[in-house]
Amino acid sequence: MSNPNKYRLRRTMMFLNCQKPSLIKDPYVYKPDSIMLDLEDAVAEREKDAARYSLYHALQEIDYRGVERVVRINGLDTNLWREDIRCAVAGGCDSIRIPKTETADDVRTVEYAIAEAEREFNRPEGSVLIMAALESARGVINAMSICDSSERLFGIALSGGDYSKDLQVPISGTGVEFMGARQHMVIAARAAKVQCFDTVWTNLDDMEGFRRETEIIHSMGFDGKSIVNPRQIPVVHEIYTPSEKSVIFAEKVIKEIDTKKAQGIGVFTVDGKMIDIAFYDGAKRTIALAKASGVYKGDL
Amino acid sequence: MKNAVGREIPEEIIEITGKEPFQGNYYRDDKPITLHGPTIRPVMNNQKSKLVGSIREALEKCEAHDGMTVSFHHHFREGDLIVNMVMKEISALVPMIEDGTITNIESSGVRGGIGEAISKGKLKGLAIMRSHGGRVRSIATGESHIDIAFIGAPTADDYGNLRGIGGKADCGVLSYAIVDGNHADHCVAITDCLVPYPNFPAHISQTKVDYVCVVDEIGIPSKIATGAAKPTTDQRKLLMAQYCTDVVVNTPWFKDGFSYQTGVGGASIASTQYLADIMRERNIRMGFGVGGLTKAMCKLLEDGMADVMLDVQDFDLDAVKSLKNVNHHRIPAAVYANPLNKGAVVNKLDYVVLASLEVDVHFNCNVVVGSDGMITGAQGGHPDTAQGAKCAIVICPLLQGRIPAICTDVTTVTTPGESIDVVVTDYGVAVNPARPDILKALKEADCVPLRTIEELRDIAYSIVGEPDKVEFEDRIVGIIEARDGTIMDVVRQIKEV
Repeated sequence: MSNPNKYRLRRTMMFLNCQKPSLIKDPYVYKPDSIMLDLEDAVAEREKDAARYSLYHALQEIDYRGVERVVRINGLDTNLWREDIRCAVAGGCDSIRIPKTETADDVRTVEYAIAEAEREFNRPEGSVLIMAALESARGVINAMSICDSSERLFGIALSGGDYSKDLQVPISGTGVEFMGARQHMVIAARAAKVQCFDTVWTNLDDMEGFRRETEIIHSMGFDGKSIVNPRQIPVVHEIYTPSEKSVIFAEKVIKEIDTKKAQGIGVFTVDGKMIDIAFYDGAKRTIALAKASGVYKGDL
Repeated sequence: MKNAVGREIPEEIIEITGKEPFQGNYYRDDKPITLHGPTIRPVMNNQKSKLVGSIREALEKCEAHDGMTVSFHHHFREGDLIVNMVMKEISALVPMIEDGTITNIESSGVRGGIGEAISKGKLKGLAIMRSHGGRVRSIATGESHIDIAFIGAPTADDYGNLRGIGGKADCGVLSYAIVDGNHADHCVAITDCLVPYPNFPAHISQTKVDYVCVVDEIGIPSKIATGAAKPTTDQRKLLMAQYCTDVVVNTPWFKDGFSYQTGVGGASIASTQYLADIMRERNIRMGFGVGGLTKAMCKLLEDGMADVMLDVQDFDLDAVKSLKNVNHHRIPAAVYANPLNKGAVVNKLDYVVLASLEVDVHFNCNVVVGSDGMITGAQGGHPDTAQGAKCAIVICPLLQGRIPAICTDVTTVTTPGESIDVVVTDYGVAVNPARPDILKALKEADCVPLRTIEELRDIAYSIVGEPDKVEFEDRIVGIIEARDGTIMDVVRQIKEV
């Protein structure tokens, strides 16, 4: 079971409230990499079924033009999440986001329900991926085992609001309260070869702060950031756009490795730097980012 | 017969109105016309006072009688108290349409109750909808003869020198009323701020005004010039504004001294702000801006990024205040947009940014009739500026709620496709194939997602489906007049279910 979408580009994941059809009807015009259709916190308790109804029909009817459709289900401590999964899988979602994930068992419980729904609605086994949101100190501490819990799991995401409450600190805007969690989660995700996503920035009036934070998480190794407003998308994409120099270098690395491999050469130099197969995936990722950002027009 | 935009104009309408069907933007270029002069009563007697005690007295002195045409300007916008004040001898305006007191309406378009009344066939005669330039043209050529013009004036002296600035109902300019003063047989000024003689420099001169009537209130200030609109946070509008700016700055006319007009909508204002950033970055100055003006445009003048603003209307208080700037000039509507004079300002425009209710695959725009068939908007300067500008850009979201705004055929043609060069939607940008130069520039710049207009329509239809055509009765209730006085389209009575 290998889903080709597992390692797709996910620089931006935009939160959208399923309770509001006007929001979910065409968010792709803003060109996020993924959208997260929310059945959880954004939806009023008494509107949960209406939100599911909108979600199902949106997934069935709307061509999201290649944007990944992730559905955030309600927590495993509610009686809502099973029906959320049935509805999302029946609709045709790409992924399920588990809120408040604390253990690998949480992921496996959801995985089981997804597999059941896939069978029920005649979807290929493994077609629905999983991501886990870590929202508590326990969840963050268990990041490694959560990352390793399922073949379907493509990544983990920090959920800053709940996490800071659990730490008993306010969100400062400086990121100091998230330092440990961020570092720990990126390392765990990389160790398990899954992706890692940063939390939302909610102060829309402080775009400078948002930019600063995105630059930090980009340099820490995060694959992308959760966002709450379309105006945040171009900022993230800009920061994740590789420089011209790095694109040229990556292109050379890929081409040289392909050629040298055919000639049976393992180590060689590009622009005076020693290169071997270990650079291949990184260079590929640079080219993929450059393509997604519209700055690469080459033939790779 | 079919006109140049493919609309069927019934023979009976051509006969009744004596107008020709629309035959293309330059049909009347260089063809001689004769202008109309009013019949006036000179004021030679220096003992005579122009002050009258009431509107009724003014009406009596003007010998108001059945069959007359009266005119009003719209500088007081939503805050206008003049129209109903003058017409209230009987009652409010809408019932007057129903009881036949008002048999015809000629306007740049109508909204609300009046639009509904016309669409439902309650007007005895035909409503004629004209552009701002078209209104001046029809009055100047005598096609619309005004018997009595009522001009609301923020300040006036007792001898009829009128100014658009000052007083309680400050609207900044009287640009649209100047032609009324020049061509009406009788001219009554109505003010709530009488000032000592001479109220100079006058925007409308004492030589045009018969009577001055002082009333308590001519307008509601907060509804005339609102505070500057708060910048929009609607991401869809901002997205379209960004595309629009990308189109402007990547086409050949964006260079030092370029000219520009834009509207009052959220996307237009945001687009002007984005443009200002790029002008600053590239050190490019605007030669002149024109139009109904807003804070965003006047700020360019204030910041020294634009040389001149030409003003026919002020949409917010900042635009009114900006009139103090020596390079902020009032211009009459005739100078702004009359198509049949010796060249209007719109002819010198490089760019205009407009909106539209609907755009069809022929690039025809509809800014007057809603997709439900009801008259709901106004041409304003849309057809004038679109024709005049080298690059006319229309911003229009692909969908207006559940209605596809980009469609096969607009409900009613108000601006012909030959005037429209670029359509900006949230789903991409379409360039009129008649403008390969613009398409080439945008392709080379690779700055916006380019689509054909048919592709945009197909996307719209794929999302909300192709709506059934609006059903109308046979009766024609209004005419959409082209700038030059020919018939662009007709509006029929809506079918009530």
